[in-house]
Amino acid sequence: MSVARIEQLRGRIDALQGAPTRLSVPVLPVLDGLVRLRTGSVYGADSAGLVMTLVAGASQAGEWVGFVGWDDFGVEAAHQRGIDLARTVLVPRPGEHWLEVTAALVDVVKVVALRPPGPVDAKSAGILDARLRARSAVLVVQGEWPGCEAWLGLESAEWLGVGRGEGRLSGRRGDLVARRGGRAAARSTVLLDEGA
Amino acid sequence: MVLWCPDWSVRAGLLELAETEVEVAAEAPAAVLSANRVTVCNAAARAEGVRRGQRRRDAQARCPEVVLLTDSPERDARWFEPVLAAVEDVRPGVAPLRPGLLAVPAPGRFFSRGALSGEEAAAALLSELLVDAGVWDCRFGVADDLFTAERAARQAGPQECVSVPAAGSAVFLRDLPVMALADDGPEGAALSDLLRRLGLIRLGDFAALGAGEVANRFGSYGSDVWRRVHGASQTRLASRTPPPELARSVPFEPPLDSAEAVTFSVRRTAEEFVAGLAARQLVATAVRIEAEFDGGLSARRWVHPRCFTSRDLVDRVHWQLQGAVITAPIELVRFLPEIVEPAGDHADGLWGGGAEEQVVRGVARVQAMVGYDAVRVPVRQGGRSAADRQALVPWGERPAGLRPLDRPWPGRIPGPAPTRVFAEALSADVVDLSDAPVDVSVRGAVSAEPARYRIGRHWVPVAAWAGPWPVDESWWLGDASGGGRSARFQLVGVDGRAWLVRWLSAGGWIVEAAYD
Repeated sequence: MSVARIEQLRGRIDALQGAPTRLSVPVLPVLDGLVRLRTGSVYGADSAGLVMTLVAGASQAGEWVGFVGWDDFGVEAAHQRGIDLARTVLVPRPGEHWLEVTAALVDVVKVVALRPPGPVDAKSAGILDARLRARSAVLVVQGEWPGCEAWLGLESAEWLGVGRGEGRLSGRRGDLVARRGGRAAARSTVLLDEGA
Repeated sequence: MVLWCPDWSVRAGLLELAETEVEVAAEAPAAVLSANRVTVCNAAARAEGVRRGQRRRDAQARCPEVVLLTDSPERDARWFEPVLAAVEDVRPGVAPLRPGLLAVPAPGRFFSRGALSGEEAAAALLSELLVDAGVWDCRFGVADDLFTAERAARQAGPQECVSVPAAGSAVFLRDLPVMALADDGPEGAALSDLLRRLGLIRLGDFAALGAGEVANRFGSYGSDVWRRVHGASQTRLASRTPPPELARSVPFEPPLDSAEAVTFSVRRTAEEFVAGLAARQLVATAVRIEAEFDGGLSARRWVHPRCFTSRDLVDRVHWQLQGAVITAPIELVRFLPEIVEPAGDHADGLWGGGAEEQVVRGVARVQAMVGYDAVRVPVRQGGRSAADRQALVPWGERPAGLRPLDRPWPGRIPGPAPTRVFAEALSADVVDLSDAPVDVSVRGAVSAEPARYRIGRHWVPVAAWAGPWPVDESWWLGDASGGGRSARFQLVGVDGRAWLVRWLSAGGWIVEAAYD
């Protein structure tokens, strides 16, 4: 049994005993070594596709995931990335209640992907942070968020498979960059969005 | 004793028509069609020359004013239900044989009144009841067994009773022409046709054949009929048990005018409703909630992904009253179970299942905050455009009417699906090097290479593009409602963003989705 697995089980025992813990949430292999999702934290990403990629690992591991504020959710793209749609809750337009809706979903869903309607102040972020720690959940934000644990972006990306009037989009290659406050950014060249 | 209502599906169809549309006379000529052929027609149509098995246009040629009805066994059964209930009121143990035909145990000879035998008296009473209920044409037949009783009923006139004496079934049947079997389903029709071609005219001729020969040549149905004609048939009645009363209602006196007050007051009734189902080991997965008020009715069918608890029902009442247009205080709320399933299928497993339960509760809280329709479950479905290939089903409803995924859907764009699919397409402009709009010809050729595009305010030069994927969908709807020729393109701008855009023959470009 690998060390990571033992660590995960130890974390789960701590959680059952009521200690405030930071369990790790599984991520897709493409993100290995770049970013690790841990409960109680907020992660940022710069595009819808990256948010789906971040969430997909947990969904594949059997957790429920929620999307708040995604009024243009690409269902087929989510499926292609490995998100289990049967365990997905979508609130496309929470309107002014987005903070309450997110907090309510954080209570019951392991990973919540949020697209806030505008700039977020530190107070609202603090409310959600406390809730995330109490409920052992992860928040993935597309856009700006004060106090992200890590921020994931795709740099010098290029689309593959498409020419001038020929071919079709078949995937995207770029440098996946994970920035976390203070530390050097981790980067790796990846191939994303290889669809069917 | 058998009760037969001739041409029942025509009658049921006319009744339904009269309920939904302009009034149709109950005696208007009408026919029920299945696969373009008349399967049943009423007496008025028959008088005009419409016959069973005719094609639609032949029937219409004979009788231009004939009302054509589609074949619907459910409709027939639904409208027969009041007849069953009316008979059940006076005589328990009713066995519905098929819509338009039912059997009841005949009363004994002790019920005879004067010159009328017991059966005839009972038939007279029943026909009186049914005429009161609006069923004019009901005919009765009494015999030892069901088959003979049905044949006897078919010989009776309207509201009359033909009674075959005890142990006289064989004698009665032997005089019948073999064509009488034609009314006994497709097997009967085939056998009667075969016997007629063999030169056997009466059922008595058929009875004269040997048992072995009949069993060898005419199969199980043939030997069944043969035994009946010999008076050796035993058909026991399987009478129905009246369905238990599961619906619950709560009247409000005085009527309540706020949704909150109603919601608060239906809690107890909802609990009774769920308990009433639970006492029969049932749970409801679809419930119709009706709220009556002065001058109107708000009715809606609610489907639950698992099963309704009393709290769910109270929530549904709240949502329904908030959404509906209600002009007067509520007088009555009624819960009607539409689909019930065994409770065992919906019980929680001993292990696990807890997480799901939590999610269901949490989502119910979100629904209470932002409304029933605001929480969705994404579902994939078949289609050509990105928006067609997905559906967002309200949480708590079962997805219905989805297009199948396993069809080829020619014209759809293969490869990775767009991550952002706009519910309402954005408008765009795509021009070539000379700033003329790019066009697609009838043959699907692109007028010029797209050089720049504009989504929103700024022009972006095109770095790469692919397409067109031409489609010609819903041309019968016209250009205004999205029909007609169109072609899809993938555009990649120099800023690295990729879009799925669509050219419309009506003019202009729209952005359907983004690869993000």
